[in-house]
Amino acid sequence: MTALRVVAAGPSCLIEDLGRPGLARLGVGRSGAADRGALALANRLIGNPAGAAGLEVLLGGFRAVAEADAWVAVTGARGTILVDGLEAPPAAAVRVPAGAELELRPAEHGLRYLVGVRGGIAVPEVLGSRSRDTLAGLGPAPVAAGDRLPIGAEPEAPVALLDREAAFAPSDGPVVLELVPGPRADWFTDEARARLFDAEWRTSPAADRVGTRLDGPPLARLVAGELASEATVPGSMQVSTSGQPTILGPDRPVTGGYPVVAIVAPASLDRVAQLRPGQPVRFRHAR
Amino acid sequence: MSVRLLPSGPDAILVECGSPAEVLALHGALAIEPPDGLVELVPAARTLLVSLDHRVLPLETAASWVRRAAARGPGDADASTGTASLTDPPARGIRPEAERSVVLNVRYDGEDLADTARILGLAPAELVARHLAAEWRVAFIGFAPGFAYLVSDDWPYRVPRLDAPRTRVPAGSLALADGYTGAYPRESPGGWRLIGRTDAVLWDERADPPARLVPGARVRFREAGPTGPGARS
Repeated sequence: MTALRVVAAGPSCLIEDLGRPGLARLGVGRSGAADRGALALANRLIGNPAGAAGLEVLLGGFRAVAEADAWVAVTGARGTILVDGLEAPPAAAVRVPAGAELELRPAEHGLRYLVGVRGGIAVPEVLGSRSRDTLAGLGPAPVAAGDRLPIGAEPEAPVALLDREAAFAPSDGPVVLELVPGPRADWFTDEARARLFDAEWRTSPAADRVGTRLDGPPLARLVAGELASEATVPGSMQVSTSGQPTILGPDRPVTGGYPVVAIVAPASLDRVAQLRPGQPVRFRHAR
Repeated sequence: MSVRLLPSGPDAILVECGSPAEVLALHGALAIEPPDGLVELVPAARTLLVSLDHRVLPLETAASWVRRAAARGPGDADASTGTASLTDPPARGIRPEAERSVVLNVRYDGEDLADTARILGLAPAELVARHLAAEWRVAFIGFAPGFAYLVSDDWPYRVPRLDAPRTRVPAGSLALADGYTGAYPRESPGGWRLIGRTDAVLWDERADPPARLVPGARVRFREAGPTGPGARS
């Protein structure tokens, strides 16, 4: 089996696929790529099934050498992509010849590159998935320099050479996310619920795959007291006792004890994965 | 039983019940005839998350299915034993595995046993005796993979969590918090009060299911090895 030899992993490089749904009642969350659409796109461009395992590279700084000729596609965050020092296009099938080095320079737009590799990263599955769940400590260990990442067998579908995807770079300006009501919206004052949509929020540096915190005016509660822990869905926005909202990510705890005021609509969820610290965020009602 | 249906996005309904026993009963009742498009049922302390694919199972259809099951349910925790008759189990994630019953061997030598007994106004031996006599049931799993929250009608005590959580609790630790008993499947941080330890493997990611204790399972504890203060390690 051929492989990618990792020369540098950057601040965080994780193997992710589309996760392990259906195990939450046993305390195992779905996990999977934070920007699911970006992984699915990368896979499509190189003929992989949508759920093939790829690499989620935070911010860049990743370098790897292909042992044999390989096809890759880089989606999600935008920054310079180099193959043996020559610039390669984003959101396109890119050939990495045997012995050549793929390098992802620091992201200029967005936060997380998704790297698809034709054949998929073929590490063993854990509970039906190759995703790293950073909170539960499940799945393949974070990728480190010196790792040899096995590449799976070629899929039947060809590399889509004519598939020039008009994928846009993640936005740098205010990002508008759509919200639907959460199960505990009635725990908050009318003023707090209005504020959620009126205020301009800022992405806190306290953001990871567990959750993305937002800085802004506190959201006041109508109902005091504690909530018995309950299961959450992807994109749930829970509000801490101090009134600060956090959008829960793919590695969130399976149950949470803070009230969920709203839920980021599925169509907006991938954009949360690309928010950079300090980036402004606004919310509107999902149509 | 009366339930409240709370919005949880396009692919889920959060069902709020009156008690953990009602959650278990509703879980059991819903698992008998899961409709196409149901992805998973996730019990918690007072709620059951009904997770679905709305393209196959519209939210309104799922909502009336849940309401019908709740109206039919006798509001009795034993209703869920009806699932034991399942011959053709539905997809993973739905069957509550209520028929499971588990006996765990425990050494009651936890670091917090004496303090916890004192908080409850009991002698340590009395706490242990009550804990052994109780019949437990897994209400739900949370906090970590395979970390079961056990409840019992025979257990009237509520135990406060530690003021400062431990940074490392060994795997197999048996612990109390609030009205629950829990067992740490893997080493982790934790704020529950440790009363003992089991050698049972509680989490094995190669097993199916990977968790030894699953929602709905009935659990008894059995004292392992020598007893009495002399056996404390």
